[in-house]
Amino acid sequence: MTFLDRIASRTPVNVSRRGFLAGTGALVLAATLPLRPARGQQAAEGGPAVQAFLELRPDGTALLKSPFHEGGQGIYTTMAQIVGEELDLAPDSFTVEIAPPGGPFGVMGGFRLTGGSASTRTSYDLMRRLGASARAMLIEAAATRWDVEAATLVTEPGAVLHPDSGRRLAYGELAADAMDLPVPAEAPLKDPSNFRWIRTPVARLDVRDKSTGQTKYAIDVEVEGMLLAAVRHAPRLGLAPTEVTNRAAIEAMRGVHSVHLLDGAVAVVADRFWQARRAIDEAQIEWGPGTSKWPMPEDFSSAGFRDTLASATGEVVQIEATGDAAAALEAAGTVIEATYDAPFVVHGQLEPPSATARFNEDGTLDVWLPNQAPEQFMTAAAAAAGIEPQNVRIHGQMLGGFFGRHFLYETANPFPQAIALARAVGRPVKLIWTREEDFLRDAPRPLGLARFRGVPGPDGPVALTAEVVGEGPTGRWYGAPPGRDASATEGISGKAYAIPNSHIGQVYVPNPAVIGYWRSVGHSMHDFMYECFLDELAAAGGQDPYEMRRGLLAGNDRLTALLEATVELSGGWRPGPYEAEDGSRRARGIAMASPFGSEAAAIAEVSLEDGEVRVHTVWTALDPGQIVNPAIVEAQVQSAVALGVSQTLLEELVYENGEPTARNFGMYPILGPDRMPAVRVAILESGAPMGGVGEPGLPAVGPAIVNAVAALTGQRIRSLPLSRHDFG
Amino acid sequence: MQLNVNGATHEVDVEPDTPLLWVIREELGLTGTKYGCGIAACGACTVLVDGQPTRSCVTPADTVEGQRITTIETVEETETGRRVVAAWVEHQVPQCGYCQSGQVLAATALLRDVPAPTDADIDDAMTNLCRCGTYNKIRDAVRSVAEG
Repeated sequence: MTFLDRIASRTPVNVSRRGFLAGTGALVLAATLPLRPARGQQAAEGGPAVQAFLELRPDGTALLKSPFHEGGQGIYTTMAQIVGEELDLAPDSFTVEIAPPGGPFGVMGGFRLTGGSASTRTSYDLMRRLGASARAMLIEAAATRWDVEAATLVTEPGAVLHPDSGRRLAYGELAADAMDLPVPAEAPLKDPSNFRWIRTPVARLDVRDKSTGQTKYAIDVEVEGMLLAAVRHAPRLGLAPTEVTNRAAIEAMRGVHSVHLLDGAVAVVADRFWQARRAIDEAQIEWGPGTSKWPMPEDFSSAGFRDTLASATGEVVQIEATGDAAAALEAAGTVIEATYDAPFVVHGQLEPPSATARFNEDGTLDVWLPNQAPEQFMTAAAAAAGIEPQNVRIHGQMLGGFFGRHFLYETANPFPQAIALARAVGRPVKLIWTREEDFLRDAPRPLGLARFRGVPGPDGPVALTAEVVGEGPTGRWYGAPPGRDASATEGISGKAYAIPNSHIGQVYVPNPAVIGYWRSVGHSMHDFMYECFLDELAAAGGQDPYEMRRGLLAGNDRLTALLEATVELSGGWRPGPYEAEDGSRRARGIAMASPFGSEAAAIAEVSLEDGEVRVHTVWTALDPGQIVNPAIVEAQVQSAVALGVSQTLLEELVYENGEPTARNFGMYPILGPDRMPAVRVAILESGAPMGGVGEPGLPAVGPAIVNAVAALTGQRIRSLPLSRHDFG
Repeated sequence: MQLNVNGATHEVDVEPDTPLLWVIREELGLTGTKYGCGIAACGACTVLVDGQPTRSCVTPADTVEGQRITTIETVEETETGRRVVAAWVEHQVPQCGYCQSGQVLAATALLRDVPAPTDADIDDAMTNLCRCGTYNKIRDAVRSVAEG
């Protein structure tokens, strides 16, 4: 059977060639590929389709529409690498841009977002099949051109070859022909042992532009005729501006176009941003009662809320249980109890939020903005504008960092204000939030708290219970009820240790603040709590933290290998304290985490300098099962470690009187180069199903540091960050 | 007021105390220089003023009249700048990239003045914040330029 026959014998999947790409003389593959049902899952009749867009240009380069936003995690390169592998086109021949909102890009089962460390693992198979399908079509076009059987053809990067005759056609020469062919439903995929680019450190596509200032972010968007806007928000949600008492003076300032009272904010629109900023700084605003879905209590404080969580009584909704923890605690001679907490933290992405809105004469709206979920933003922008979603065009931009900042959080995104202002002034408006406004209206990682009880034993804990108190972002934004909101408990739930009697539950207490997703979400704090309490049980049971973990993982080959790899990377387990070569007294701590489908372990080495904790080195191993680009994975682990060190040492958003006390990096220090530890990374590919990469490197870092501090000082720290504690 | 930016003299009509950052971005349209914090804490707005790394977000424009201002857009016009950018690419330094204009300029100034910097020199010169935590790669890239 010839290749053509094989293709013809299958039902071609519908190919929708969209008008906007027609007539370019290019292969446009807008393939509706069949979704493979997960094992054990019944394929629904006419079930969800997985779709993607690829354009092969006459010059032999490719344009790939990525379902996922690039914000530093390397996803554009990763997508090009996967598609290029099967297409047989070098990744550096690709231009990758964000796919616009719309059904074809809902590759996560009818929807998409850039988050949850999910981009590569949810689209890996699809992107491979996309590349393979395109390659098959190019081969078919060449076979027709040469009047030979497709099975006699092969490819090399960027070209189809007919070895028998030595003929060769570059992909660009075949693109127009291939465009008219049906998309094969099942083009064969490469044997991974033949991979040319996948699993190699392919260079990123965006690095040179980012090293020379050429990359454009949302804040750099320029639209003809636009005005610039700055806002000042009410100090608390639930207040509204009643008057700008010096309005006439503000309006008379140079460049100022107009002053606007918005929902919970005042805006100045001007010819230049700096003029708007200067004017809003001068504005004298009277605030009165307003409305908000989440009014911030005037007396709210993070310290008070921590106490509220610590003493909360309420139903404990069971998340996980093994054995009979209650009976084990009842029968035990020694019970260890501890309460752990972690603070609100801001995202601190270095690009301040912005949005540019333009109403067009035909009634449509264009919005340029950073986002992690285009379809949700389109719907919300339409609602803000009072028009139909199909009349909104969302132009997602390169993200100047995100870490969870650019999900749709009702009060945390500037675009509704930009839309209101564009409508009010009848011109395009770019609104930039200053860093101070970003701190005030960010949706921070929620302050979290957990109450532990445990029974130590000579062979590891006999029992462990945890009550995780509070609210997770998935409960807030997606209505997940207590007990089914992983973001509220993950890192305390989902642990891999074989503890015979355990009970993990959630006590739901709503958070008065507007809370959000922060890199590694619940894991960012819960693994700290659990892994440090585990060390407390080790100490009470007279056990070494590493040996105890090994024992609790007996029979778990994957995690045993991971743990041992981490120890090996660090040169052997050496908890200390010991004297380092420079004379400093140091100690090491160890911790593990099972975040986002991957497995991680970390060892941190610390000392004290002038009463502050210094982290010298973090050795960490990550097992995402299988990977695409080892250099990008390593960079993501470096990045996750940096953020993990940052929040463990330094970060805490304090609320007093309903307001955050810090409004910029001056009062809220983040990790600088002076505190960055050396980071040694081992990547393990156990062959398990592909897990996430962007977030999993973070959760084990904090507890490794805090456990090291305990080994060094004997002080067991149960509340982050470390900078609030005195190590004299 | 007249400003000398990237070798050309520009007549700009702004309030004298307008931060240099916003003159560069809004009057000259050079968006490679970034706004990050506005309080000289992060360094995303770093430009060179007479060769010295300067946080342009708190630098009034009228204080740099007559001085040579260099932004990221022309960093490769010097040999040191070219080598720094090449090292940034070689070491795959950037992630989100937002801070990297400032990082590259800070490194360029350091390596032009101190071709073989010590760790302490690097510590003193490379103080810009990076939320993606590319600090180790930045250090590697700086060292690689120093080692030629």
